[in-house]
Amino acid sequence: MSESSTSTRQQYTPPPPELGPGQTSHTSITEKITSIVLTPHTPYQWFIVVLIGLMLVGLLQVSIAYLLYEGIGIWGLNVPVGWGFAIIHFVWWIGIGHAGTLISAILLLFRQKWRTSINRSAEAMTIFAVMCAGMFPLIHTGRPWLAAYWLFPYPNSMAVWPQFRSPLIWDVFAVSTYFTVSLVFWFLGMVPDLASFRDRAKHRVTRVIYGVLAMGWRGSAVHWERYEMTSLMLAGLATPLVLSVHSVISLDFSVSILPGWHTTIFPPYFVAGAIYAGFAMVLLLLIPIRRLYGLQDFITLRHLENMGKVMLTAGLIVAYGYFMEQFIAWYSASVYEGFMMQNRMFGDYGSFYWALILCNIAIPQFLWSKRVRRNTVWLMFISFVISVGMWLERFVIVITSLHADFMPSSWDMFYPTFWDWATYAGTIGFFLFAFFLFVRGMPVIAAHEIRTLLPFGKKEK
Amino acid sequence: MPQIFGRSFNWFANVSIVGGIAGASLLLGILLNINRLDYVSHVGMPKDQPVPFSHKHHVAGMGIDCRYCHTTVEESAFAGIPPTETCMSCHSLIWTEAPMLEPVRASFRDEMPLQWTRIHDLPDFVYFKHDIHIAQGIGCQTCHGNVDAMPLMWKAQTLNMEWCLECHRAPQDFIRPREEVFNMNWVPPANQSAAGMELVKKYGVQTSQLTDCSVCHL
Ligand code: HEC
Ligand code: HEC
Ligand code: HEC
Ligand code: HEC
Ligand code: HEC
Repeated sequence: MSESSTSTRQQYTPPPPELGPGQTSHTSITEKITSIVLTPHTPYQWFIVVLIGLMLVGLLQVSIAYLLYEGIGIWGLNVPVGWGFAIIHFVWWIGIGHAGTLISAILLLFRQKWRTSINRSAEAMTIFAVMCAGMFPLIHTGRPWLAAYWLFPYPNSMAVWPQFRSPLIWDVFAVSTYFTVSLVFWFLGMVPDLASFRDRAKHRVTRVIYGVLAMGWRGSAVHWERYEMTSLMLAGLATPLVLSVHSVISLDFSVSILPGWHTTIFPPYFVAGAIYAGFAMVLLLLIPIRRLYGLQDFITLRHLENMGKVMLTAGLIVAYGYFMEQFIAWYSASVYEGFMMQNRMFGDYGSFYWALILCNIAIPQFLWSKRVRRNTVWLMFISFVISVGMWLERFVIVITSLHADFMPSSWDMFYPTFWDWATYAGTIGFFLFAFFLFVRGMPVIAAHEIRTLLPFGKKEK
Repeated sequence: MPQIFGRSFNWFANVSIVGGIAGASLLLGILLNINRLDYVSHVGMPKDQPVPFSHKHHVAGMGIDCRYCHTTVEESAFAGIPPTETCMSCHSLIWTEAPMLEPVRASFRDEMPLQWTRIHDLPDFVYFKHDIHIAQGIGCQTCHGNVDAMPLMWKAQTLNMEWCLECHRAPQDFIRPREEVFNMNWVPPANQSAAGMELVKKYGVQTSQLTDCSVCHL
């Protein structure tokens, strides 16, 4: 009896190690990570991406210049759709940023060791995504140099204050806090690694640059103690932001009275969507980079698989959100809510809705399979599909609610113009460009944190 | 290899914290107050005019009433800028040879109005009316300063929105008896607030709606 019970008992298998077999010593880790940066050799693929990025940045500059010259009339905006691509992309980019904060703050507090090899690049992604996001509301004002007094409350010479009851001003605070905390967190995390760059660099110029960036880090016990304390505090600060930022952004919609926007489910559903999109973007970036720089020992299949699981979970919450929208539209018995849902599904933009369901709910179900979660091609494909799906989600929310509201006489269609697309493509270019510059010049992986994963560094404090 | 930045550079980090905060606050202070600087709003800065017309001579020196030249100040939004004929009513008789006045005579001959440079110019999205202010006992001096002491015209006030509002929120602090509106030497009585309150009541100034956006931005 006792023997059979031991044999049927589930065998305990320890989780696979966070590091691949190749990485065994402190020096080999630091060596590998510095070798990406401190080398005259740059892979040609890097140049291709940066060149494409730069070209799109050029396009972005042209579209912004033309926008400032001509005004926001160059976009497809008009009555009744006064919020078009700009808000769609604002929400899209901000959402993408969320994965970085989730990984570096929440997973740090939950002591998830596997986060160490992806947190740095995910944080960088956050920073650049928030920059892209911030551009949209700024240029949507048409006169960004005046936006200071429209957005920030300060005793200006007009004695005019922003409307504190408007979620748009909450947005300003949410996003700027988010950006500041993320930036400080990201930079602080890099300081010890920048110091190892400084110590290893041969050329005088690089030594000066990394010397300045390392801010006098000497790696003494006092430095480490303060460093650990500060990171923990910053993680504590950043954690509520993961939830609050996108909640506040969802209030832009839900505080209004438009059918399809005015719902209480928006905050949690937006946060889940943000994490969903964010992890998809992390995978889209990391899978090629890991391949390009041979980082498979750091960013292992286990990491990819875990991210797949997070996406699956977030995706199910999002699906629940879609379902609830449907349900409430019916349950509220409100003519307008009902019409809104019907119009979403079968109206002029119906195909967008079904594409959204396909991208965000149907296809990601493949992630239930372990084989898919461990297959980089599949993961790339699903991540791409989710990124498109999240774009469609914002499109459906913004456009279908606005284009047909309470008053049929004012219904109209929204058609994006060339400049709408150009601005969007431009921010993608900026994002790629900035991210690849980061990869080339900064520590992509937190070498000092990885070192704690080594067998003899592993003892918990 | 020795470090490029040794320990001796450590003070720099400390200074950069303090300096960064101080520098940022200074910059912010300048940015926030830039519209209030006289230099930016051109307060107290005379501008070149085709003819160096002096209010000091014509108003203080000769005691001409504002309304002799700014004829519509009491009944319209626009105070009115005198046509050349008004100048010529005197200058066809006096100072007829002065080279300084040649543009005035040329304008009269050719029937081409003088092109004065505007000193006060609100943005087009602001509606301002002189008539109501004059009728409700706001003196020219309150807004234009001591015009009778200006050899060339300049702005005495910023004309910022906060300036308009300062009075629209509490007109009793600035209001004066109607007969004193054109007086450049009026001094407010010691009990201005109380006396002002009386006048506000007497003239029926509509204080309740004076700060509504639509008053000035239609
Ligand atoms: C002799 C005619 C004359 C009289 C009297 C006169 N002004 Fe003027 N005023 C002018 C002329 C001409 C200009 C335009 C040239 C200039 O700006 O100096 C002018 C300009 C002004 C301006 C500036 C307009 C602008 O460009 O913004 C103000 C303010 C003004 N006068 C106020 C007064 C006041 C107050 C009085 C009475 C105390 C007064 N003026 C009396 C002729 C006169
Ligand atoms: C009521 C009569 C009168 C009117 C109206 C009048 N002026 Fe004069 N102006 C004079 C007198 C008198 C002088 C000489 C002042 C002096 O030297 O003290 C004078 C002097 C001047 C001077 C010489 C410079 C100076 O200020 O000493 C200029 C320029 C001038 N006037 C411009 C004008 C213009 C422009 C107008 C029309 C907007 C005008 N005046 C209207 C009476 C007038
Ligand atoms: C409440 C403040 C105020 C008072 C009182 C006032 N002004 Fe003005 N004045 C202004 C402003 C503001 C402008 C600029 C108007 C614009 O740009 O539209 C102006 C402009 C002028 C101009 C230029 C022409 C115009 O109307 O744009 C003249 C001349 C003038 N004022 C004369 C007078 C005289 C004379 C008096 C007294 C009878 C007077 N103002 C009283 C505020 C005032
Ligand atoms: C020194 C005081 C004072 C200043 C400065 C002042 N105002 Fe006024 N304003 C008044 C008073 C008093 C009234 C009359 C209110 C009433 O009885 O309806 C008035 C009325 C007005 C009205 C007409 C309101 C109506 O009901 O039609 C307008 C427009 C206006 N002001 C614009 C301005 C603008 C623009 C400025 C700044 C450039 C300005 N005012 C600066 C005192 C002031
Ligand atoms: C007493 C008149 C007055 C009232 C009332 C008033 N404004 Fe203004 N406003 C002005 C003047 C004068 C300016 C131009 C000078 C400046 O920019 O400070 C201005 C400028 C502005 C500007 C700057 C526009 C730009 O882009 O330069 C804004 C925004 C504005 N007002 C908003 C408001 C709002 C909102 C309200 C109602 C709460 C309001 N104003 C009420 C007089 C007024």
